[in-house]
Amino acid sequence: MLPIHLLIYTEVVMTDEVNSGRRRLLTTVTTGVGLAGATALAVPLVASMKPSARALAAGAPVEVEIDDLAPGQMKVVEWRGKPVWILRRTDQMLEEMASVTGQLSDPDSQVVEQQPAYAQNAHRSIRPDVLVVLGVCTHLGCAPSKAFDKGGSSGLGDDWVGGFFCPCHGSKFDLSGRVYKNVPAPTNLVVPPHSYVSENRIVIGVDETEATA
Amino acid sequence: MSLINWIDDRFPLSKVWNEHMAQYYAPKNFNFWYYFGALSLVVLVLQIVTGIILTMHYKPDADLAFASVEYIMRDVPAGWFVRYLHGVGASMFFLVVYLHMFRAMLYGSHRKPRELIWLLGMVIYVALMAEAFFGYLLPWGNMSYWGAQVIISLFGAIPVIGEPLAEWIRGDFVVSDATLNRFFAFHVILLPLLLALLVYLHIVALHKVGSNNPDGVEIKKNKDKDGNPVDGVPFHPYYTVKDTFGIAVFMTVFLGIVFFVPEFGGWFLEKDNFAPADILQTPPDIVPLWYLTPYYSILRAVTFEWLPGGAKLWGVIAMGAAIVMFFFLPWLDRAKVRSIRYRGWMYKTALTIFAVTFVMLGYLGTKNPGHVDLFLFKNVIWAQIGLVLYFAFFLLMPIYTRLDPTKPEPDRVG
Amino acid sequence: MTMTIKTLIKRLLLPVLCMLWAPAGIAAGGGNENLDSAYINLSDKVSLRNGAHTFVNYCLSCHEASYMRYERMADDLGIDRETLKRDMMFAADKPGELMTVNMSDEDAKAWFGVVPPDLSLTARSRGPDWIYTYLRGFYRDEGTSTGWNNTLYPNVAMPHVLYQWEGMRKANFETSPNGAKVLAGYDQLSPGTMSAQEYDSAIRDLTNFMVYLAEPAKLVRYRIGFWVMVFMLVFVGLSYLLKKEYWRDVH
Repeated sequence: MLPIHLLIYTEVVMTDEVNSGRRRLLTTVTTGVGLAGATALAVPLVASMKPSARALAAGAPVEVEIDDLAPGQMKVVEWRGKPVWILRRTDQMLEEMASVTGQLSDPDSQVVEQQPAYAQNAHRSIRPDVLVVLGVCTHLGCAPSKAFDKGGSSGLGDDWVGGFFCPCHGSKFDLSGRVYKNVPAPTNLVVPPHSYVSENRIVIGVDETEATA
Repeated sequence: MSLINWIDDRFPLSKVWNEHMAQYYAPKNFNFWYYFGALSLVVLVLQIVTGIILTMHYKPDADLAFASVEYIMRDVPAGWFVRYLHGVGASMFFLVVYLHMFRAMLYGSHRKPRELIWLLGMVIYVALMAEAFFGYLLPWGNMSYWGAQVIISLFGAIPVIGEPLAEWIRGDFVVSDATLNRFFAFHVILLPLLLALLVYLHIVALHKVGSNNPDGVEIKKNKDKDGNPVDGVPFHPYYTVKDTFGIAVFMTVFLGIVFFVPEFGGWFLEKDNFAPADILQTPPDIVPLWYLTPYYSILRAVTFEWLPGGAKLWGVIAMGAAIVMFFFLPWLDRAKVRSIRYRGWMYKTALTIFAVTFVMLGYLGTKNPGHVDLFLFKNVIWAQIGLVLYFAFFLLMPIYTRLDPTKPEPDRVG
Repeated sequence: MTMTIKTLIKRLLLPVLCMLWAPAGIAAGGGNENLDSAYINLSDKVSLRNGAHTFVNYCLSCHEASYMRYERMADDLGIDRETLKRDMMFAADKPGELMTVNMSDEDAKAWFGVVPPDLSLTARSRGPDWIYTYLRGFYRDEGTSTGWNNTLYPNVAMPHVLYQWEGMRKANFETSPNGAKVLAGYDQLSPGTMSAQEYDSAIRDLTNFMVYLAEPAKLVRYRIGFWVMVFMLVFVGLSYLLKKEYWRDVH
């Protein structure tokens, strides 16, 4: 049997005057301080695998003009290597969206990690018409495609009011990126941190609060 | 502990632990010189860990290598720390290995029955020099580049096969991207694997015969009723706590250098290596790092053009022979005793002169041969004197160790 | 018992260490020029910022510092983003970008005859004193294509970029007994906007900045290093006590 206790405490008694209390204390303290030191040495080594200044610079906030974006149109920009959809929804789209809330799994955006607080509302956006959302399926990271055509021609059922459809495993999202019930994707699409520097200029990567503060 | 029982039924865990730590008896009289074996193991582990991290960020490409090192120094979180640990670690490795070797020469640790430990150690030393040489090219600084160029050109001195051999090593007519890429492969895969294996064998061989000690007396000759050496103590806990203290002191020095003087005044990181490799501009003095300079000095000391085949060839031969000499040490040494404590004045004098000569050659290797940096003579003259003393130490050893008036060894360690 | 550690250290190591330490700087640099000391002080943030402004306004038009990011410089030296974007970023849009120059190597060759070297590491490859001496060594010389020459780096391709500060000078040389050309002094041909002291001080700030530029980690290295040493000394003490405690069994 391995004398495992010897790894920490060893009491080899060769003389009678061994002060085992002192020995035990010194062993414990030295082991503890040594482990703390080893941990302190490991911290920078582990930290070196975090995104470098280059990765951070490449993932810096992106500014996007949206004054050329007509209602019903969508543009895609890249932020931190991921596609960000910017969709200007028509009034009709917003109205029809409200009619399908019963079929959604999280219509009120209760899962807080999926959007900043300022997008936790009926339209999941700062401006009601402009949706900013990451085009990354919450199931396994595929890129969902636009499915703006309504009704049977969409191939998504006669009651389809337009939204997004993930070709990988068939997940469906509405025009606010909210996930339908009974599809593989567990949560709504992620709304990235974003804010408006002017009426028609969005910064993706900077929170509303940070920008105003 | 049922888990340990479970393992012990399938793997000799407790057995290994007992045989090599808790019931492995080491002489109780180890002194200062006996720290360096454990320390070199610590540095080996540190070099492997920091090396793995550097490999994650480094690019072995002639166009990208230099910039990727600066990327590590600036953009990678704590990258400068990892890089300095690795760079300073290389020098610390040689420092502890040289002191470890000197320990063996002081106390006769290379003598029978430990010849094989010494030979394995020497192979480690040569592998380490290769590892350092390959690694030194990777930052692709101007000194990296020209250092590699010069050392590889040495192979060109070998008659007939020299030039093709040098081209084969480089994979090109000069040191180039191809050279960098293969040196990277050697540095991060081939030699680390080899070193790990050799270090394992070195320790296995050591534990077979047991450690020597400053008195050079076999502790296995005197055993108590349990069969344990009376002059030995179990490695654990006595030498684990002692080595912990040694490691603590060593790491204090090591980290002190890393944080306060990582270039160590140009000895650990050379100024010229902060400029990228430039095939059109040779640095004024091409100098390997300090741990290789004793041999570089010997190489440059051979300036005798009248030698058949030319001075360059003989310089290379002298340099190779200088390293090979160490391998024969167990058989060149004919003294009746192991430890310097019981040897006579001859070996003491010879070893002192050798140590001074080795350091002097190392120093001269960083200097221009034509200058006067010591006194009276030009550096090349001192290097030639050093060369003679260096080889005399080894070649005359069978004579002076036999004539040396030794004292009788005691029965027990002091 | 003949060669104890103490005698060994006395006999061998000390003389050896003395021999090694003394000329280490020369071993590394190989430079034998007479350089003026720049007296670098990295804790002087005002000097570093001052040098940074000079660097981006004058040096960075031709030279790159392509391993350095504007953002890092601003954060380390306490420059706010406003000032950085307004006064210092002439060739970049985002603070995270590298300090590069929009000049192709071909253009540079055509204009200067050589590609201006990257300055990120000059303070490490040449040393601060070299930079400090070099930038204070320009003089008028009609014999060169730029009309300028330098006492430390004869026939350098770089013109005197800061001549408006220093003014124009003429260098006087004399021949030393061994035949070498030695600088005897300068004559001011026309005054600059700065006095000699002001110019030296501006160059010192610039050199200071270039030392920082060559190794930004230096700013944190010493600070962390201090605490690492404190920790290690505590650990050395503890492990010594532990070793003593166990070895009482043996002695």
